[in-house]
Amino acid sequence: MAILVDSNTRILVQGITGDFGSRHAKLSLDYGTKLVAGVTPGKGGQFFEHDGHKVPVFDTVGEAMKETGATVSAIFVPPPFAADAILEGVDAGLDLVVAITEGIPINDMIKVKSAMGHRKTRLIGPNCPGVVTPGTGKDSHGGCRIGIAPGYIHKRGNVGVVSRSGTLTYEAVWQLTTRGYGQSTCVGIGGDPVNGTNHLDVLKMFNEDPETEAIIMIGEIGGNAETEAALWAKDNCKKPIAGFIAGATAPPGRRMGHAGAIVGGADDTAQAKKRILADCGIAVSETPADMAVTLLKHWGKA
Amino acid sequence: MNIHEYQAKELFEKFGVASPQGKVAGTAAEAGQAARDIGGTGLVVKAQVHAGGRGKGTFTNGFKGGVHLVDTAEQARDLAGKMLGQILVTHQTGPEGKLVSKVLIAKSVDIKKEYYFAVLFDRAGSRHSIIASTEGGMNIEEVAEKTPEKIIKEPVHPTLGLQSYQCRKIAAALGLRGPLMNQAVKLFTAVYNMYLKCDCSLIEINPLAVTTDGQLVALDAKFNFDDNALYRQKDVSAMRDKTEEDPREVAASEFGLNYIGLDGNIACLVNGAGLAMATMDIIKHYGGDPANFLDVGGGASKEQVTAAFKIILSDKKVKGILVNIFGGIMDCNIVATGIVAAANEVGLSLPLVVRLEGNNVEAGKKTLAESGLAISTASDLTDAAKKIVAAIRG
Repeated sequence: MAILVDSNTRILVQGITGDFGSRHAKLSLDYGTKLVAGVTPGKGGQFFEHDGHKVPVFDTVGEAMKETGATVSAIFVPPPFAADAILEGVDAGLDLVVAITEGIPINDMIKVKSAMGHRKTRLIGPNCPGVVTPGTGKDSHGGCRIGIAPGYIHKRGNVGVVSRSGTLTYEAVWQLTTRGYGQSTCVGIGGDPVNGTNHLDVLKMFNEDPETEAIIMIGEIGGNAETEAALWAKDNCKKPIAGFIAGATAPPGRRMGHAGAIVGGADDTAQAKKRILADCGIAVSETPADMAVTLLKHWGKA
Repeated sequence: MNIHEYQAKELFEKFGVASPQGKVAGTAAEAGQAARDIGGTGLVVKAQVHAGGRGKGTFTNGFKGGVHLVDTAEQARDLAGKMLGQILVTHQTGPEGKLVSKVLIAKSVDIKKEYYFAVLFDRAGSRHSIIASTEGGMNIEEVAEKTPEKIIKEPVHPTLGLQSYQCRKIAAALGLRGPLMNQAVKLFTAVYNMYLKCDCSLIEINPLAVTTDGQLVALDAKFNFDDNALYRQKDVSAMRDKTEEDPREVAASEFGLNYIGLDGNIACLVNGAGLAMATMDIIKHYGGDPANFLDVGGGASKEQVTAAFKIILSDKKVKGILVNIFGGIMDCNIVATGIVAAANEVGLSLPLVVRLEGNNVEAGKKTLAESGLAISTASDLTDAAKKIVAAIRG
């Protein structure tokens, strides 16, 4: 099972011919992901070739879906064009759009979110590392890798990971893998203040997923997404959760890299969030080095 | 990004937000001319720096106050002469103060009542909202905490924008009736348009004032802009005053690095914003104090790593450095090569602890070990934090 995507999911990449998009499209192909189409307006009819793979490029998302059966998109287009690319994916009726692009203006995302309304497409990101459902091959080969995460650090297993930050996700995944525990699906929801999917959405999916037995939720300063998820989990989540909140030492009012990582009010601080997580029965890791250990203890595995 | 008060006034003018007339001056003579152009008595001369508390500040030449009332052009000229080219120290500038290179000459107004009006990005609702209050001139966080009933909040529809009925609703709640209601609708609409057109994330007008002659005017304003939208805001970007910013942050941004200076003495260099924050946290957890936030991004080059080291070392408080790289896609050996080159180039003498993990990590560790430099490698993040904290304690 896993959530969102599995090894059979057919992926297209919007912006496949750009530097960033092509580099990661190649890595996804190497990982064994069913990357079946690329979209670059004006380059329809060309092919994206890599190591024996010959991926057709289309002018529009709709054409790519029709010709290849792709249901999920990864967006690598530059910020000025990214909102439009997301809306194109929504209009075409994709199941899932994963926006990797960093630096999309807030006003663009407010409009996108409003326009998505009750459409069937789910958006993950923007400014996110993407989604990985590890495969069963060597170094988790054969899984579905959408985005920019390193594939080999994963291992097929039963821990769901959700995080705003890319490198902190990798840190948690690596801590699990080196201790022999694999992941069902790892979801990077991104560091922007307006995003498509939040911690709560992902927790609900993990809760329903029979393959996921335990969860690591990684958050940071700014906003109330982690709090909202924790309050829900307290009464509804059947599975053990470990959490970490980054930014305990961040000064108020400063943007710590991510557009969304700013301490505004008293509720935005790492300390306040950790307290609420703990009150909701989530095992809080005091340092980023102990995320896996904290989960394994809480889960009764260590 | 912050802007000066005179720049805010220029934006007010451009977008039709009522505000007392004002002119900026870079020399004493210009200040005199500006006062003559505005005319009349009751003018205010204000030092332009990005810091609050200007009125109570002191110049390093001994002159007191960065805000003064004057009645003649000569007085304006003389006062400007005492402020321009001088360093103003306020409770927000730190002891080093800030150089005043411009003054604002503005018409001073007689205030009957002060209000608070802001447009801001409402994260929880993924939209913008209006916040207003009858408690103008006060710290709004305090008002919200002590008397929440005095805070008016009106969400703005993401695509419709601020509607006139909403402006009237806010005006009525503030008690702005009669001719003031129409002025309020006009002013609120103009501020919202300015907010949207300039890709702001905050415009706070505090105070918004009704004058004794019945005019509604914006007196002081704070602007925040969405950094992600600066690429399409050429006019706004041109208002950036780099001399007001931390020179290390300016240098970092030129190399595509994200640096924020802090008060501690352990510098860190990390890839990824979340991991960079978490690295600061773990330093603190083990009893150290981080000197900075520094995210070198996902694909740091040798040049970027070298630039990052130079920026870190320009902070004289720094006593040790922790490098934490989770090289997922990035090749650890390239990072290690960059570290060695940078350490050699800058003649590094401080303790340096490096934690490398991920792609090609063994080659990276070998490069560090064979460099002949006094680099301490760490097996994991905990080990790294403990080692650097111990190293600076000697």
